[in-house]
Amino acid sequence: MRRGTLALGLLVAALVLGGAAPLWLGAYFLGVLTTAYYFGVFAMSWDLLFGFAGEVNFGPTFLIGLGAYGAGLLNTAGWPIPLCLLGGAAAAVLGGLALALPALRLRGPYFGLVTLVAVLLLLDLIVIFAGVTGGEIGMMVPDVLSISPRINYWYAFGFMVISGAILFGLSRSSLGLILQATGQDRIEAQALGFNVTKHKLAAFSISALFSGLAGGMLTFYEGTASVDTVVDLSIAVQIIIAVVLGGRRTILGGALGAIVLLMADELLRPLGELNTFVVSAVALAAILFLPDGVLGLLLHPRRSGE
Amino acid sequence: MLFLQILIDGFVISALYGLGAVGFTLMFGVCGVLNLAHGGIMVIAALIGWWVSVTWGVSPWGAALVGVLAGMVASYITYFVVIRPIQRSRVIPRAEEEIFVLTATLLWGIMLQVGLDYVFSNNPVTMRALIPGVADIDGVRTPWNELLIAALCWLAIGAVTLLVNRTRIGKQLLAASINPRGLTLLGFEMSRIYLIVWTVYGLLAGIAGVLLGTFLGASATNSGALTASAFTIVILGGLGSVPGSLIAAYVVGYAETITAYLVNPTLRPIPALVILIVVLYLRPQGLLGRR
Repeated sequence: MRRGTLALGLLVAALVLGGAAPLWLGAYFLGVLTTAYYFGVFAMSWDLLFGFAGEVNFGPTFLIGLGAYGAGLLNTAGWPIPLCLLGGAAAAVLGGLALALPALRLRGPYFGLVTLVAVLLLLDLIVIFAGVTGGEIGMMVPDVLSISPRINYWYAFGFMVISGAILFGLSRSSLGLILQATGQDRIEAQALGFNVTKHKLAAFSISALFSGLAGGMLTFYEGTASVDTVVDLSIAVQIIIAVVLGGRRTILGGALGAIVLLMADELLRPLGELNTFVVSAVALAAILFLPDGVLGLLLHPRRSGE
Repeated sequence: MLFLQILIDGFVISALYGLGAVGFTLMFGVCGVLNLAHGGIMVIAALIGWWVSVTWGVSPWGAALVGVLAGMVASYITYFVVIRPIQRSRVIPRAEEEIFVLTATLLWGIMLQVGLDYVFSNNPVTMRALIPGVADIDGVRTPWNELLIAALCWLAIGAVTLLVNRTRIGKQLLAASINPRGLTLLGFEMSRIYLIVWTVYGLLAGIAGVLLGTFLGASATNSGALTASAFTIVILGGLGSVPGSLIAAYVVGYAETITAYLVNPTLRPIPALVILIVVLYLRPQGLLGRR
C-alpha cells in the first residue's frame, strides 16, 4: 500500500515536472526531450510484445519505419497531417500483422531473425526506390507539427503520456495477463481456453499502431524521415537497451529508460565515438547485475533477493 | 568462362561462410548460446593480424597465427565476462536466459564494433596473402591464396567433424548437446565442456576472420553484417546441425555470387534473405534442423 502511494506520488510529480519543463528549460534540452519522448513510445510498444507476449522482436524499426515513411509519403501526396498519421499507423498495423504471421509459427531465435530480416528488406527497398523515398539521404516532408520548440515538446509529452496510459492499462487488463501466460507457456494457455492467436494478433496490432503513430509524429517533428532516424538497426538496439534498463514487463520502464538513455547519449557527446561504447557497457552491466531494470527493482524488490 | 568464375568465387566464399557458421552452430548445439558478437570476434582476429604485420613486419603466416590467437582470447573474454555471469545468475529466470544471452551478446557486439572502430578506424584493411601468385584455371585467373583459403576452410571443418565424431571429447560434446543433466550426473563437469566449446569456437572464428582478412578484407563496420550472415546460414540450415549449416552456407554463398555477377552487385544480400523467409515459412526448423 505504502509503495503504491509512493509510486503514484512519483508519477504525479513526474507528470507535473514534465508538463511544466518548457517554462524553464532551454530550447536545446527541450529538443532532446522531445525526441526522447517519441523513443519512449517506441520502447513502451516494444515492451508490450517483448515483456508481455514474450516475442523477441529485433525489428521494432520495421513498424516505426513503415509508420514514418507511410505518413511522409501521404504528406508528399498532399494529405493533411492528421490523416497522414492515421495512414502511417495503418501501414504499420498491416506490417505488424505481417510480422504476427511468422510469430504464430516460429519461436524465439527463429522469430527474432525474421524480424531482423524484415528490417533489412525494408532498408533495401527504401534504398532501391530512392526516387520516391529519398534513399539514404532521407525524405523531406512538406508540413511540420509546429516550429515552436515548446509546442513540439507538449505534443510529444502529451502523446507519450496518453500512449503510456493506454499501453499500461492494456498491460494490466486481462489482455496483458493472457499475453503473459501465452509467452510463458503457450500450450497451457491454449488448454485453459484462451484464444492464443487472437491475443497475439491483438498484441502485434497494438504495438504496431503506437510504433507507427510515434514514427509518423517524429517525422513531422523533424520535418524529414530518414533511414538513420527511424529504420536503422542501431535505433532498434537503443529501444531494446531502453526497455531492459528501465525494466521489462513494466511498460512505463521503457519510457523512463528511453529518456535516461537519450539524455545520457547527449551528455556523453564530448566523448565522441566512444559514447556508444560507454552506453552499451552500462546497459550490459545493467543486464548482468540488474536484470529487472530500474523500475522492476522498485516494483518488486523482493524478487531480486530470492 | 563467367560460369567457371562464378563457380570458383562462389565456392571460396561459401567455404568461408561455412567455416564461420560451423563454430556458431556448434556453440548453439552444445551451449545453447547464440552469439551475436560473432562478427566482432572475426573482425578482431583480422584486425589484430593486420596490425602486427604492419607494425612489426611479421610474416603473413605469423600474422595469421597471432590473429587466430586474438580470436581465441576474444572468445574467452566473451565467455567469462558476458555469458558465464548470465548462466550463473540467480536473478535471471531459466526460461528467459535465451533472451538475455541474445541481448547481452548484441550489446557486447556493439561494444566490440565501436571499440575497434575507435582503435583501428573503420577503413577496411586487407591482410597480406598467405601465398603469392595467380593460378590460371581454364582461362579464369584466380589467386592461389583464394584456393588455399577454400582448402584451409575445408581442412578446419574436417578437423572439427573428426573431433566431434571420433574423439572422447567429441562424445562428451554430443552428449552435452543432447542431455546436459545426464552428463552432469555421470560426473562430467559442464563448465569444462563449455570451456572446450568456447576454445574450439574461438579457434574457428579466428581462422575464419583471418582468412576473410586476406581475401575480402575486414573493418569494424563489417562485424554486424558478418554476424547477420552467420545467423542467417545457421537458421537456414537448422540450428545445431553442422551438415545443414554447410549446405546453407553454399546456398547463400552461391545465391549472393550469382546475383552479384549476373544481376546487380547492389542486390547481393537480397536473394539470401528471401530464401530464408520462404524456408522459415515452409519449414520453420530449417533445412536439416531437429525440433
